[in-house]
Amino acid sequence: MPSNLVEKYFRTEKLPQIWCPGCGHGVITRSIVDAIDQAGLDKDKVCIVSGIGCSSRAPGYMDFNTLHTTHGRALAFATGIKLAKPELKVIVITGDGDATAIGGNHFIHACRRNIGITTIVYNNNIYGMTGGQYSPTTPKHEKGTTAPFGNIDKAFDICDLASAAGASYVGRSTAYHANLTTTLVKNALNNEGFSLVEAVSGCPTYYGRKNKKGNAVDMMNWYKDNAVTAAAAAKLSEEQMAGKILIGEFKNKPEPEYTSEYQKIIDKLAKGR
Amino acid sequence: MEKKELKAGEVSYEKLIINPSWCKGCGICVAFCPKKILSIENEKVKVDDIEKCIQCGMCELRCPDYAIYVGGKKNEKRG
Repeated sequence: MPSNLVEKYFRTEKLPQIWCPGCGHGVITRSIVDAIDQAGLDKDKVCIVSGIGCSSRAPGYMDFNTLHTTHGRALAFATGIKLAKPELKVIVITGDGDATAIGGNHFIHACRRNIGITTIVYNNNIYGMTGGQYSPTTPKHEKGTTAPFGNIDKAFDICDLASAAGASYVGRSTAYHANLTTTLVKNALNNEGFSLVEAVSGCPTYYGRKNKKGNAVDMMNWYKDNAVTAAAAAKLSEEQMAGKILIGEFKNKPEPEYTSEYQKIIDKLAKGR
Repeated sequence: MEKKELKAGEVSYEKLIINPSWCKGCGICVAFCPKKILSIENEKVKVDDIEKCIQCGMCELRCPDYAIYVGGKKNEKRG
């Protein structure tokens, strides 16, 4: 018998997951179901959608209405679900590559529309499933199998990107900060419009090994020591902040939600009949 | 405290329950246990001294594979 939380919200016959030993994805997935549990949502009224990648395996293990879709298109499918059934809580689980490279356009436009979808990006700074290619969030000068001498691209800041594109709730946590992830996801679920939670996850197999970050425990400790809250960051200089991860809630500005705005037009036209 | 073997190979110490078949031996629970009572043996987690367990739940919180969890009231409250 697994723990009550796992028993209730996971397809236990599918466990253990496919993820590598020490992968942060399992910790984040547990935080998400913990948030759903604390928010008191009905399992049948939650729909979890994912694309392709390590992160996108998560809904397969979660006992809700789930959909495993095509690469980068999780948000496109989720938009369809939300418009057809606005009463559902639609959650998208996606990865850094899935959300910001292959599905980059879907991502910014879902933010812009402020459609009621809670998106959780599992950011492990690399394409894990396909063999460790560098992704849009691989930090500059760090290595991937396709960047053996270091990546020269500048990395995306997913939270800044979502915030600028118009998401009404934005926050970041790490695999180490499991309780913060739960709190952020819970707040995100309570936001009517588009919410983004970036969960930084350690990939000991590729990102960790290629960049000599040590094992799973070392990566967890790195997050513990290098994650800084916005309040603490205000007291640090730019140099002191270099290489650190900013965590916490960055934006919580509710704005009119897309499906309810859409419904208003339907109601208005129906009156004219 | 008594150690009990449950069905499907689970090991229960009442306070703490381990499912070795889900454990991948990553060592995260061992590193973050404040009482340092866990260890890895043959790539699976094992409890060295259950009497010292304070049921803080740090192992359960960060186990990526849900292979270890706190039993008793804390578990009953959840889910």
